[in-house]
Amino acid sequence: MVGVKSVPSPAISADDRSHEVDHPSSQVAQFGAEQPLRLDCGIDLSPFQIAYQTYGELNADRSNAILICHALTGDQHVANVHPVTGKPGWWETLVGPGRPIDPKHYFIICSNVIGGCMGSTGPASINPATGKVWGLDFPVITIPDMVRAQAMLIDRLGIDTLFAVVGGSMGGMQVLQWTAAYPARVYSALAIACSTRHSAQNIAFHELGRQAVMADPDWHNGGYADQGIHPHRGLAVARMAAHITYLSDAALHRKFGRRMQDRELPTFSFDADFQVESYLRYQGSSFVERFDANSYLYLTRAMDYFDIAADHGGVLAKAFAGIQTRFCVVSFTSDWLFPTSESRALVHALNASSARVSFAEIETDRGHDAFLLDVPEFFDISRAFLQSAGKARGLTTRND
Amino acid sequence: MSVQEVLPLDGLAKEQPGQFRADHLLVAGMVKPGSKVLDVGCGEGDLLQLLETRGVDGRGIELSREGVNRCVAKGLAVVQGDADTDLVNYPDDAFDYVILSQTLQATRQPKVVLENLLRIGRRAIVSFPNFGFWRMRLQLLIGGHMPRTENLPATWYDTANIHFCTIKDFVELCDAIGVKMERAEALDLYGRPLRLRLPWWVWNMFGEQGVFLLSRGGRKA
Repeated sequence: MVGVKSVPSPAISADDRSHEVDHPSSQVAQFGAEQPLRLDCGIDLSPFQIAYQTYGELNADRSNAILICHALTGDQHVANVHPVTGKPGWWETLVGPGRPIDPKHYFIICSNVIGGCMGSTGPASINPATGKVWGLDFPVITIPDMVRAQAMLIDRLGIDTLFAVVGGSMGGMQVLQWTAAYPARVYSALAIACSTRHSAQNIAFHELGRQAVMADPDWHNGGYADQGIHPHRGLAVARMAAHITYLSDAALHRKFGRRMQDRELPTFSFDADFQVESYLRYQGSSFVERFDANSYLYLTRAMDYFDIAADHGGVLAKAFAGIQTRFCVVSFTSDWLFPTSESRALVHALNASSARVSFAEIETDRGHDAFLLDVPEFFDISRAFLQSAGKARGLTTRND
Repeated sequence: MSVQEVLPLDGLAKEQPGQFRADHLLVAGMVKPGSKVLDVGCGEGDLLQLLETRGVDGRGIELSREGVNRCVAKGLAVVQGDADTDLVNYPDDAFDYVILSQTLQATRQPKVVLENLLRIGRRAIVSFPNFGFWRMRLQLLIGGHMPRTENLPATWYDTANIHFCTIKDFVELCDAIGVKMERAEALDLYGRPLRLRLPWWVWNMFGEQGVFLLSRGGRKA
């Protein structure tokens, strides 16, 4: 008989995750019936809430606020211990004391996106109309919807102009949407490993992930919450497939090669003989501990729909016409999910709009994930860009 | 005598002799403070930094990734790009000045590049090594080999410079495409400007490099 071991079940109970959905260990901004969120699909979402974290202090003239936009599977816990996993903040390499985005100098805001599952309203939240989990009754959301919600949060915090909006991957898409929708409210924009539209290949990978979730019998047409279960297996496969796209051939080879996992010889089974298999299984199983399957469907869909040029008559440069925002665009050589060519197209459009833009391609073999990792050249560039923008903005940075 | 004494520039600290290249000081002196400038082939951003001290809104394009990243790490607005292919992305009249410093000879189509400079900038400033310089001529005439100098040390087989010209050649190109020369300077071997009013052939012989301030609307030859 062939030995089969499926993806291990999570160590953290579903309760930890679902508790964060409605009662996040974060600050929460509530928006009532008088302030609905106008969604691109034509629906007014109301009431809704946004969970967010802040670091540092807003200065007297409210000019030092930086909004961090998280990626597909990120959340608002950018620089503090995660309440579910107990792991450090997902961007502590960039954000934190002594880092390029230092709470000593800036008021840093990071909110969970609309459609997410860490406290902002999404498909895992309770639908107040029914008293049950939204599930697939939740309206389909877009990147512009996420940004519209963030703008409402920024209003609520009494901030007119953000000193910087910063994000990578789906976070970078939000950065670009911010500059296209609210150019006067964004003084500088740091868009990393992203694109102004999702490519056919990326949509294809997302479809693969969604189909994996939907093929899990525990998914129950999105109604798993009513059954008290979660489609772990489907979501884990989706995560495993996606995780491959975040790395590179060279990085996988360097990290794992063909090395075996705790054994010398193949077992002639479908067990995780290779280290790379074991690693992927771990990625899949640890992901389902903290992420809601329906939320994954909605957020991947939002990325698929993203196309700034399409919203501006098909001409990307029109989206940025006359913009005063200072841009810094960063790509990584081995990122095949958001390759440099995508960033270059953005830079060309910004040049055509006479925008002030810096663009650096950083050499690394670590693929798309490089933006989350320890890449000193990336930090130097981020730091210098923000310092230069801060100088132009007249920000006084405290030195002690 | 330091370059800064020869080429005094308002507002520049005199106690930093030799910090800036002679042609950069000359170019910076041609740019009105407060204007908007694109530096094509900006290298590591030395000229852009010099211009920023003069209140110029400077942008740069650089071919090499290392150069770009060093510029961006200095807080400069520089993008990776190629003078031959990427200037077409910029709209007409986007800049007050477009600078092409020591780069013209490395482009594939110098004439097209020059035309683009004066499309996207109301003025262009172009500097280039003069291949009519007496030492160059001597190396070819006496030595019988392709000239190499301190500033152009590469051998013929690994040089990026594929379109060398003399000051005379460049002036003829400007005439041919109807570019007006507002100001012309030639620097000698020591970075000192040659005296004005000298005949062109003297510049062509004794100028190690030429620096030209150009605008549109010259009469075509």
